[in-house]
Amino acid sequence: MIAILDYGSGNLRSAQRACETTGKKVVVTRDRGIALEAEGLVVPGVGAFAACMQGLVAVGGDEIIRQRKELGRPTLGICVGMQILFSEGSEKSRGASVSTSGVGIWPGEVSRINSKILPHMGWNTVQSDSSSILFAGIENESFYFVHSYAAKKAVGELSAWGNYGEPFIAAVEDGSLMATQFHPEKSGVAGLKLLKNWAATL
Amino acid sequence: MTLSVRIIPCLDVTDGRVVKGVNFTNLVDAGDPTEMASLYGIEGADELTFLDISASSSGRETTLDVVRRTADQVFIPLTVGGGIRSIKDVDQLLRAGADKVSINTAAIARPELIAEIADTFGSQVLVLSVDARRARTDSGFEVTTHGGRQGAGLDALAWVEQACELGIGEILLNSMDADGTRAGYDIGMIKAVRAVSSVPLIASGGAGTLQDFAAALDAGANALLAASVFHFGIHRISDVKAYLSGAGYCIRESSLQ
Repeated sequence: MIAILDYGSGNLRSAQRACETTGKKVVVTRDRGIALEAEGLVVPGVGAFAACMQGLVAVGGDEIIRQRKELGRPTLGICVGMQILFSEGSEKSRGASVSTSGVGIWPGEVSRINSKILPHMGWNTVQSDSSSILFAGIENESFYFVHSYAAKKAVGELSAWGNYGEPFIAAVEDGSLMATQFHPEKSGVAGLKLLKNWAATL
Repeated sequence: MTLSVRIIPCLDVTDGRVVKGVNFTNLVDAGDPTEMASLYGIEGADELTFLDISASSSGRETTLDVVRRTADQVFIPLTVGGGIRSIKDVDQLLRAGADKVSINTAAIARPELIAEIADTFGSQVLVLSVDARRARTDSGFEVTTHGGRQGAGLDALAWVEQACELGIGEILLNSMDADGTRAGYDIGMIKAVRAVSSVPLIASGGAGTLQDFAAALDAGANALLAASVFHFGIHRISDVKAYLSGAGYCIRESSLQ
């Protein structure tokens, strides 16, 4: 069973439908016990880093993610659901730069992408490692991105890279904790294949 | 690794059916929205846009259902516009499965709505739809409302600059002069809006020949929206992509079925 963490952020319905195509049972929940015990946990997220972090902490999501990592239970962060796994997010709010602490499993800052046109919106390719679990069989596909901020230093066992004005982290595989900066649930057949690859680890 | 140009079919929906007209009038039935969305997804559409042009509240409810059914089966981004006036409207659409909403008239009436939506859901959900025509304003481009029938008394470039500051994530620029004519996108208008904005720009209105698509990209568009040329089978999405790829533009290709 896959649990999708409902903490007030992310397109839960799309994430649910996309995860259902893996053949697994999918529930959308904010129940701490279910989120902790589920075979796989998906942490979606859209919008601002600070707002997502606030919502996540309010349902105890930061603790759940940490515990699942310690217990070796698979968790997949998507978009801002990936960004909040880093130690810090720096975002502009009304002209001023505001820094927010993340869950802090991976060291590093999520910062603004150095590109003339933002958000980075649309389909882009990803440079993945041949030993990647997530990208097996979909190495040359494009995925759908929508973000203005990104992590730029490799973390975990494997990092996949994207490029938009500058290189950034497009996905991370770190034992049972994995994450994508793009939206697999909106990346057509390639995205569904990635979710299937992830579900196969459960 | 380059960001691909996006090809976006636009489905104008009223009372649960897709319709298309010329210059926003003379509407003809073009099909079932969910079926068409699925087909376009298979053909390689990079996103889909639903524009709800229903006049009645029951028509709007039907559109919400269309969004739900489409989002359940088509796993590419879905933008919905038309009649959005409040945070509540946006929330309802996002919950139904929309990824982005486009706003137009309500933002002109009350520009703070842009900041309210961006603060609540993030700029990335918010597409500013600008229906503009050539007119005697400062920049030579004027914003219109009511499907291009009324001038809004706003200079299009000044409006775009203001909206960018308030927090939009993308611009859908629709030429009211070119809409449905298949005589080509308004290249001058695209260039002018590109020059004053730093968010992604979707060109809309006037797509006819394959060369028209390339010209809009050269003018600074990041994505290309079209309706009638796709609905009436003048071009297939795959033809547009093959042409653009041959001309050296980066398009999304997938070897998966």
